[in-house]
Amino acid sequence: MGALSPPTVLGAAVTSLETAAAEDLPDGMPYHRETRHDPPAALLALQDQPLRRMRYYPDGAEGWLVTGHAAARAVLSDPRFIVGERFVRSPTELPHFFVSSSEHVPPGFFFFYDPPDHTRLRRKVTGVFTLNRMRALSARIADIVDERVAALRDAGSGADLVREFALPVPSLVICEMLGVPYADRDDFQRTSNDIFDQSLPVAKRNEASMELFGYVHGLVPAKRAAPGDDLLSTLAADADLTDDEVGGIGMILLLGGHETTANMFGLGTLALLEHPGQLARLRAEPGLMEGAVEELLRYLTVAHAGMMRIVKEDAEIDGRLLRAGEYVTVAPHAVNRDPSRFDRPDELDLGRDAQGHMAFGHGVHQCVGQQLARVEMRIGFAKLLEAFPGLRLAVPPEEVPLRTDMFIYGVDSLPVAW
Amino acid sequence: MRITADRERCASAGMCALTAPGVFDQDDEDGRVVVLNGEPVGGDAADAVDLCPSGALSAADG
Repeated sequence: MGALSPPTVLGAAVTSLETAAAEDLPDGMPYHRETRHDPPAALLALQDQPLRRMRYYPDGAEGWLVTGHAAARAVLSDPRFIVGERFVRSPTELPHFFVSSSEHVPPGFFFFYDPPDHTRLRRKVTGVFTLNRMRALSARIADIVDERVAALRDAGSGADLVREFALPVPSLVICEMLGVPYADRDDFQRTSNDIFDQSLPVAKRNEASMELFGYVHGLVPAKRAAPGDDLLSTLAADADLTDDEVGGIGMILLLGGHETTANMFGLGTLALLEHPGQLARLRAEPGLMEGAVEELLRYLTVAHAGMMRIVKEDAEIDGRLLRAGEYVTVAPHAVNRDPSRFDRPDELDLGRDAQGHMAFGHGVHQCVGQQLARVEMRIGFAKLLEAFPGLRLAVPPEEVPLRTDMFIYGVDSLPVAW
Repeated sequence: MRITADRERCASAGMCALTAPGVFDQDDEDGRVVVLNGEPVGGDAADAVDLCPSGALSAADG
């Protein structure tokens, strides 16, 4: 970036430009996906300006929307953009549990906090998600994947891949890591689903949030009394953390640990089956798997609700002046289709270098479980393809139910045959 | 290239160890960056610096 213009001159220029264009402001971040694999067309149509004004709803306040890769990097890695009260003006409606304000910041939800509080909480869990720990865990993950491949086979041709494979694999893994009983899955999968369902009334989603928090929180005393070899026991034994913080940390890891990867398995399998040339290439060259997982992450970007920040001090990004107190949302699925960063961005190309995608975000809040997700997907997709050489959809693709209204995008079910 | 790492800024995402495994590792305790080779040659180390989400890594010529 070149030398900064004097702030007053720049500010005046920006203001007059905004006034002229005020009537064309998009209302919030376009959310509804029209196709199975692509971001909303209305969102991609906004890519002509990588950083633009938008109107936040429901209160009509104005802020900024980022669809460009370079601008997203600049915003997400700059400490002048904070998360402090970010969900006070969310461009989508969220449960109160996720709407932080002075009385609502859920304890332990480290992605709501800025350094140094964020750093203190995040570092309580980062040690269990390192690459070395994931390498040590990969034999166990492979066993779990084998069990679920067998369960899918036993369910017979026409079985639902989401129910038999996509949801159980990451749920079993995160349950073991945290020390949450898998037997309780019906309840935590239901509450997770309700929390993320944008079509439900907010009151219902609040209730689900409180129920899930209460569930994890309720496990803490027993973990302290009789510690196991799991993360909740480690956190429960940490004198620096309150029970509420342990409950909050456990809740977000349980939520983030199964919803996201489950949807990547379901939607990723659908995407592979709908791109037979790419699938054949991956089957012929298993060495492509690491890059293929990155490309699926880029292409599908299931965590598509937007990364929200508040401007702490005036900042110039991409020649625009963002003023203290304004709101900024980064649309990661649009950023991952930015043609200035990725050639032919709307093509799924399993051989491409998809490095730098923002499916896990960017900045100090980048997904804490991303190395786990990578290992699960590499092992999961490899074993699924190996076990079912004739894997195909058991229904026409247009009949696959899509999670259009969900905070984390994906498919509700995926009937497959082989 | 000469690599420096700011462990206070590090967010333990593991991108450096993933991208340039011979150059970077992660602390067992909290996953923070450990520089194995402070003067690496080749593109992986530069990619790792670029991909670091927290801006904890920097590279200088020489």
